[in-house]
Amino acid sequence: MHLNHTHESDGAAVSADAHRPDGTRRALRIGLGGPVGSGKTATVAALCQTLRTELSLAVVTNDIYTREDAEFLLREAVLPPERITAVETGACPHTAIRDDISANLEAVEDLEDEVGPLDLILVESGGDNLTATFSRGLVDAQIFVIDVAGGDDIPRKGGPGVTTADLLVVNKTDLAPYVGSDLARMAADAKAQRAELPVVFQSLRSEEHVTPVARWVREQHATWTKKQTAPASTTAEPTQ
Amino acid sequence: MSRAALLVLADGRFPAGGHAHSGGAEAAVKAGRITGAASLEDFCRGRLHTTGTVSAALAAAAALGLDPVALDEAADARTPSAALRVAARRLGRQLLRAARVAWPAPELDALARQFPKGAHQPVVLGVAARAAGLDAEDAAYCSAYESVSGPATAVVRLLSLDPFDATAVLARLAPQLDEVARAAAESARRAVGEGVDALPAASAPLLEVGAEGHAGWAVRLFAS
Amino acid sequence: MDEEADRTGIDHSRTDTVTHHPPSPRPPQSPAGVQARARIAARPDARGRTALPVLHGEGPLALRRTRTTGPEAHVMLVGAMSGPLGGDHLTVEAEVAEGARLSVGSAAATIALPGQDGAPARYDVSLTVADGAELHWLPEQLISARGSELRVTTRADIGAGGRLVLREEQVLGRTGEAPGLLHSRLTVRRAGRTLLDQELSCGPGAPTGWDGPAVLAGHRAVGQLIVVRPEFEHEGPKPAMLGDSAALTPLAGPAALVTALAPDALRLRHILDDALNRLT
Repeated sequence: MHLNHTHESDGAAVSADAHRPDGTRRALRIGLGGPVGSGKTATVAALCQTLRTELSLAVVTNDIYTREDAEFLLREAVLPPERITAVETGACPHTAIRDDISANLEAVEDLEDEVGPLDLILVESGGDNLTATFSRGLVDAQIFVIDVAGGDDIPRKGGPGVTTADLLVVNKTDLAPYVGSDLARMAADAKAQRAELPVVFQSLRSEEHVTPVARWVREQHATWTKKQTAPASTTAEPTQ
Repeated sequence: MSRAALLVLADGRFPAGGHAHSGGAEAAVKAGRITGAASLEDFCRGRLHTTGTVSAALAAAAALGLDPVALDEAADARTPSAALRVAARRLGRQLLRAARVAWPAPELDALARQFPKGAHQPVVLGVAARAAGLDAEDAAYCSAYESVSGPATAVVRLLSLDPFDATAVLARLAPQLDEVARAAAESARRAVGEGVDALPAASAPLLEVGAEGHAGWAVRLFAS
Repeated sequence: MDEEADRTGIDHSRTDTVTHHPPSPRPPQSPAGVQARARIAARPDARGRTALPVLHGEGPLALRRTRTTGPEAHVMLVGAMSGPLGGDHLTVEAEVAEGARLSVGSAAATIALPGQDGAPARYDVSLTVADGAELHWLPEQLISARGSELRVTTRADIGAGGRLVLREEQVLGRTGEAPGLLHSRLTVRRAGRTLLDQELSCGPGAPTGWDGPAVLAGHRAVGQLIVVRPEFEHEGPKPAMLGDSAALTPLAGPAALVTALAPDALRLRHILDDALNRLT
């Protein structure tokens, strides 16, 4: 994906700028959105466990009721507590990731200041609805997580999350036989909605676990690193 | 510069984090003190004439160019609740981020350097208004309006209050908003000569106590 | 109530109290009003105790030193008449020098009453606590009676190493009575910086909403306890709820504030006494 705007002056004021105020490269930010109960938090936990030895990671959660998702991640001990931050969303989780991203930007910047340098920050949205997408001012790429139990017609219905997310994850495929979801039909509908954009069918209970999603995240990170080490930067002097 | 900048700054959709704060309304709803439009109105009147008045005066003083550090100290002294000071600084930092993109100005950059973790929101609001070419009374209007629009919006979500009723509450408060904004600008002009002690310090004991209680809740919808 | 024990022994044998009505001057805005000033100055003496070189009362403001042992001096403010009445202007000043320790209480509640011509009353308290000095300012309640109008200001200036315990309680009306109009402002400055600046206006004529869900919500007693101690610079008390309608919060400096609301004066005092024990 591409940043849709660049600013060269003072990075601190600008959300999607690829550099921190001191001129160093900031972490890649990936958003995870999707309806309530589709498995966003479980996917974040699995990604942390898989990637934490190779990447310097942190997580921002956007809970509907304060810190529940953050506390799940803390309980599961997927990352040290200082790498997990919760943003409160005032009953409007989609607002905090799309219309008014200021609190999330503070959170990601504070993480980089306090535990950085970081390679990757996962920003998990509060479980909301099918229209919730992340602002490009907040994240560089976004994953939309739906699950087979939510109805196999979700891909057909589309919506901004399903249609435009950089990766669509259809989760809990192990449940498909029990809830009567037709995976082939979901795949075909997703293809129709998303053209070339990738889709992963995932079961965190299977042997494959989060591997395909983790692979996609690694690719994003590799691309990001390559792009950011290219001459884009008009490097400011590192400040004290 | 245009006075319409006031509409941009005061817009509830201005991306400065206000949507996640209830201005004490969540605590008052839980305590059973706000149950509908009438008690919301009473809550808003009390808030407007206490913290709303103080915020408006701080914003007006900052818009006049008073030293933001002195104003931030004055805001600390007028905000005894530690939870409310945290919320005010967080909101100030978020507002500063938005304002620096909307109205780039050296004064806003300086404020960011002086307060990396955020200055009190009304102080930032005043400096932002100044950067937007607005005057002290405009800043006071914006701050006074925010002091009541935030709780009204929050109560729509918390109680499923009819949004028309909530909006009517705000409309009925308009004449008092006029008074508060005028008085705030007047006290800010006095503070230019007399110092920040000339600014009002009206307090609302239940907002202070409620904010501390709210900050300790394990489950809540709003950050403050 | 431990302080009650301290208050029992008013020492009537002391003669360093001057109590008389002021010869003049009367406040120009209200010819009917009384203008009176009480002053206390505390200094350490050669024996490591606290002397009171100034203990001067006037009109309705009479002062007594109560018998004490130990380094701290105890003074009682004794109301020689009820009031303040509308038009009165009362001033109390206390100054505690480095090394001195002073505790001031009052023998009874102060009751703001209406005057003859409807003029407001004023009551100003000014406290100065030097570096290395300590003041406990623990007066009884201020009761705002129906029809009264009182403006009360309390201002404390504390040196960087000074210590202060200050309680203020406001009661809206005597039992079953509607309140008067009460404006209060409490300002605490430490080392030249304002730690706390708070106004409260309540009663008929106060800005609307004063008795609504954001401000008092029907509570008839509201109080504050502020504790300033240099040690809080390193580690101060954590925020805490003290029941449903009172909270302890650290201020932006080495100080803590308890704000409490209660249905009546008695229950307010219970909350603040508990808080005082917790903080001192």
